[in-house]
Amino acid sequence: MSQSFVETKYFTFAESPNELVLKSGVKFGPITLAYETYGQLNADKSNAILIFHALTGDAHAAGWHKDAKAPGWWDPMIGPGRAFDTDKYFVICANCIGGCKGSTGPSSINPASAKPYGMSFPVITIEDMVVSQKYLIDHLGIKKLLCASGGSMGGLMALEWSVRFPDTLESAILIATNYKHTAQQIALHEVARQAIMSDPHWNKGDYYGKELPAQGMAVSRMIGHITYMSERSMEEKFGRKLQDKEKLGYDFSQDFEVESYLRYRGASFVQRFDANSYLYLSKALDYFDLSEDGDLLKVFKGAKSKFLVVTFTSDWLYPSYQSKDLVRAMKANDLDVSFIDISTNYGHDSFLVEIEGQSKLVKYFLENVRAR
Amino acid sequence: MEHIRIDHTYILNMIEPNSHVLDLGCGDGELLWLLIKEKNCRATGIEIDEKAIYKCVERGVTVSHVDIDSGLKDYSDRRFDYVILNESLQEVLNPEKVILEALRVGKKVIVGIPNFCNIIARLQIFFLGKVPVTKGLPYTWYNTPNLRFLSIKDFREFCAQRGISIERQRAIGSKNEVFFWRNLFANVAIFLISKN
Repeated sequence: MSQSFVETKYFTFAESPNELVLKSGVKFGPITLAYETYGQLNADKSNAILIFHALTGDAHAAGWHKDAKAPGWWDPMIGPGRAFDTDKYFVICANCIGGCKGSTGPSSINPASAKPYGMSFPVITIEDMVVSQKYLIDHLGIKKLLCASGGSMGGLMALEWSVRFPDTLESAILIATNYKHTAQQIALHEVARQAIMSDPHWNKGDYYGKELPAQGMAVSRMIGHITYMSERSMEEKFGRKLQDKEKLGYDFSQDFEVESYLRYRGASFVQRFDANSYLYLSKALDYFDLSEDGDLLKVFKGAKSKFLVVTFTSDWLYPSYQSKDLVRAMKANDLDVSFIDISTNYGHDSFLVEIEGQSKLVKYFLENVRAR
Repeated sequence: MEHIRIDHTYILNMIEPNSHVLDLGCGDGELLWLLIKEKNCRATGIEIDEKAIYKCVERGVTVSHVDIDSGLKDYSDRRFDYVILNESLQEVLNPEKVILEALRVGKKVIVGIPNFCNIIARLQIFFLGKVPVTKGLPYTWYNTPNLRFLSIKDFREFCAQRGISIERQRAIGSKNEVFFWRNLFANVAIFLISKN
């Protein structure tokens, strides 16, 4: 197989005077979305699948960039013969608005001031992310997606799409997701945000070209990693093993392997992700509530797509019961929904690492979307 | 129709085409798939075994990974034309509640039960003084998924006591359909029931 590299493409819209009216009421534009596509769009444009990335993901869902050390974040799921089979389907993934990997976000240059937006970037929501990607799908000439899918935040976006644009979607695969953040989920995000904002180098978001809030980012990422694993998986992976030591050091340098792991992951995070983006995206997650007035049943009244809802038993960050509430509301609206709670130890991260079972389900589900 | 289980054949026979069907404890979805293929039904299953769920999704059968006892709560009254409880009743914690809930959620219910009082079982208890292990009911007391042990007569009495009408009944012996002395000679019985 020849090594063909994937290229990121860009789509700009909402240029003056057609700025996008965000959920907050703010008019914003222009907006650029970075996106990648894998596979071929068929003649009647009926084989398109839109993948939504999670909090710290990006448009590079699969394949290799030139000189890259690793492939896209969901490469095991997307490719020839894989779950999202690029021999059959046209797979699209875009960086969400507010992100920092090519789409317009706080680190982007504000054309009015020729400086990065920083904290003058408007507060965006999951709905805004979905609406902006609808512009991309329209631009690609796709009237109806075969499927929308994602894990975690990506799942929330696929869910929002299914109720906001029901006529444009045949099916949705929602993995390790939910429909609104609980107090605990908001609290965990708040701690991560405070870690960044209390780093003196954050400087109210004005750190571009200056010292980055590396420590704050590192700490917020450490918190993230703990929530993505399970108690069991951490114990199995690290236990009480010491890092490069025979005995405890009786000081505050690194003793345990788990400490080393967190420090390493934390330190490398700031290299690849923008601190302000993290603030904006985590806030968008906390704001989102599919059942705005508490009525989840009402929300699905107009929905039409076939659903596959997947959760993981050890995911304590987005526990199964939240997806079960979703499934209940879908069933009450007579929607075709399949649900599975996969037995696994990996915690919330399972959607990225527990590929085998998930792949089979996605593959079979997609094959049968048009069966009847 | 080759290689179709005899109980599946009877159940298929009891269901009108184009019906909306719920199968409680649907296993690998084979019955639902047959109903979709042969009778153009709209089908949903409930199943607790994870491996079986994969098979259902592979067949394109809509399925939910929940237990029967709690899965029925999600549905409104008379939502389905038929609710199927084939060989799953003996594994539920609260069979009475499940049957009554099934009758709430479905216009008609199809129940398939093993007949624990068939003649082989009775002979084993009488002559061997042991809980029967037969070809039709092969489990030992220490290694069985079955929580409940009932006979055709037990089920008929259960229905009579609750005003549940048995619209149709068919019974299977070791190989063929049993028409007479079913409580004695049948291994399995399928009932089509309803309640007003």
